[in-house]
Amino acid sequence: MPISTDARVAEVWDRLASVTDPELDESVTELRFVTAVEVDADSRVHIGFRLPTYWCSPNFAFLMADDMRAAAGSLPWVRQVLIDLRDHMYSDTINQGLAQGHSFKATFAEEAAEEDLDDLRRTFRIKAYQRRQEAVIRHLMERGWTPAAILALDCPHLATLAIDDPETDRQRTRYLEIRAEYGGPTDAAFTSAEGEAINPETFADYLTLLRRVRINTEFNGSLCRGLLQARYGDDEPASAPDGEPTLADFIAGRVDARNERRNHSCRK
Amino acid sequence: MYRTADGEEIFIIDGHTHLWDGSKENLKNIHGQQFIDCFYGYHSALSPKEYVWPKEKFDKYGAETMYNDLFVEGYDDMAIFQPTYLKDFYVNGFNTTEQNAVLKEKYPDRFILNGAWDPRDGEVGLEALRELASKYQLKGVKLYTAEWHGSSKGYKLSDDWAQRYLEESQKLGIKNIHVHKGPTILPLNRDAFDVADIDEAATNFPELNFIVEHCGLPRLDDFCWIAVQEPNVYGGLAVALPFIHSRPDYFNQIISELLFWLGPDRLLYGSDYAIWSPKWMIEKFMAHELPDNIKKDKGVDLNLDAKRKILGLNAARLYDIDVPAQAAKLSGSAPVKEGEQTMAQVAEVLGDD
Repeated sequence: MPISTDARVAEVWDRLASVTDPELDESVTELRFVTAVEVDADSRVHIGFRLPTYWCSPNFAFLMADDMRAAAGSLPWVRQVLIDLRDHMYSDTINQGLAQGHSFKATFAEEAAEEDLDDLRRTFRIKAYQRRQEAVIRHLMERGWTPAAILALDCPHLATLAIDDPETDRQRTRYLEIRAEYGGPTDAAFTSAEGEAINPETFADYLTLLRRVRINTEFNGSLCRGLLQARYGDDEPASAPDGEPTLADFIAGRVDARNERRNHSCRK
Repeated sequence: MYRTADGEEIFIIDGHTHLWDGSKENLKNIHGQQFIDCFYGYHSALSPKEYVWPKEKFDKYGAETMYNDLFVEGYDDMAIFQPTYLKDFYVNGFNTTEQNAVLKEKYPDRFILNGAWDPRDGEVGLEALRELASKYQLKGVKLYTAEWHGSSKGYKLSDDWAQRYLEESQKLGIKNIHVHKGPTILPLNRDAFDVADIDEAATNFPELNFIVEHCGLPRLDDFCWIAVQEPNVYGGLAVALPFIHSRPDYFNQIISELLFWLGPDRLLYGSDYAIWSPKWMIEKFMAHELPDNIKKDKGVDLNLDAKRKILGLNAARLYDIDVPAQAAKLSGSAPVKEGEQTMAQVAEVLGDD
């Protein structure tokens, strides 16, 4: 049975919610960077994309757009994903490069781009790992956990721990997701991104490092939200997701999966 | 001059100001439009509501408005002009040393005029720097390492040509190198926030002072790391300071990191006028106290002594300003006493141009 266009649009929104701004480590839909999702009769997906300024780094813009293309493209019925980045210095270059399936380097060959995006992606995934980890550790410390008790936690226990603060709960889930990519193969819940063990003697220094990562990220986050607001006001995206499971989720059988995310070890 | 409730006088040097022309008439292209629009975004995102200007005023506010906002309303005693040429975007440039010089000539005791250079201009640029330095007796320059230049999308202070310009600066008595390491100027294949090149330059030129504008935010950690090792590295607080209004807890975190790593002797106040206005920021900064838990955890304090240094004494040291003498000179030449002036009087003093 073919699914309706509305359901398909909802499916795309759901996939896009998993795409993050690498610097801010927040979802591009939550940040209001995605303005519209349309699905045409040929099963092509059109995604409207905007950023807080005309000057936002093209490498990050490209990276997010590329991730959106991959996320939407992972739906089995999607034939093509077309990104429409608007009001950016490189709107045309980026939109065309993506439509032709080019890499960042190839897209910006005339601008003498030296980098490919893999290193950049990795650098910011590590920062995201640190930031999510810090949010969880800080919460545990506020609840009176000792460094030794925190460092003794393993991933399965962290996954099932009762956490009374919704934001920390959210960051715990996100941390465990990224913990499967970084932090090494041990079962310890908290290791450095490179997989080194943290011990009670080095814990304070390690926290200092994490705190600075958070300060930087918050700076970006606060500024970007403010600039987007100043640039576009309260314009809401065409069909903002409400976070509840949609019809598409039930059809795709994802609702149960959502509730099972807690079932974690450190490695997938 | 700011006076505390106890009658203490705080001499204020605004380390970061601009007199720009972002008006329609001066636009060269869409980039110029988007540049001033982006500045306006910063202005309206972080200013208190009552201090947000209409866009037209923000595009081009003029010399009188600037003088009034800084020195009459705004508690500044002196201000440093940091130029931003952007000749590719604006017909006459956005905010050039030459434009700023007009106000400097009118109020020589109020303004410190900084220049600019770009190592990608090669020998020609060195010659132009010599002329600029001798014409205006420059003691400082403002650099944008991420600025575009032909096919180049930025440079590093550790590049050979940059080292030659630093040598020349030292010879010419330009000892304060303000480097923009922060948001807004487009980075592409260079990381605009990367502060690592400051490290090498500061080591090679111990007699020069490197003032990292915007503290390398959002790479505060890298900046602090470098600043700890290099005693001639300073932090300019422009862009960090306005958070004192919208997110004071967050400001506490930034300033306490900076106080911990650099201490109160190496931080410089800057309003980044006209993005933000000194009046509200200084009032809030003077009224601001760090919470006890931060004071205790980090062992730092933002007391009156620290505020005095950040607001003026540090910049006075870098720019050879004798504060008591300068204050006396300014009080003798001040157009009107604080709190007593009317707009008509100000207009009369400033003339009608």
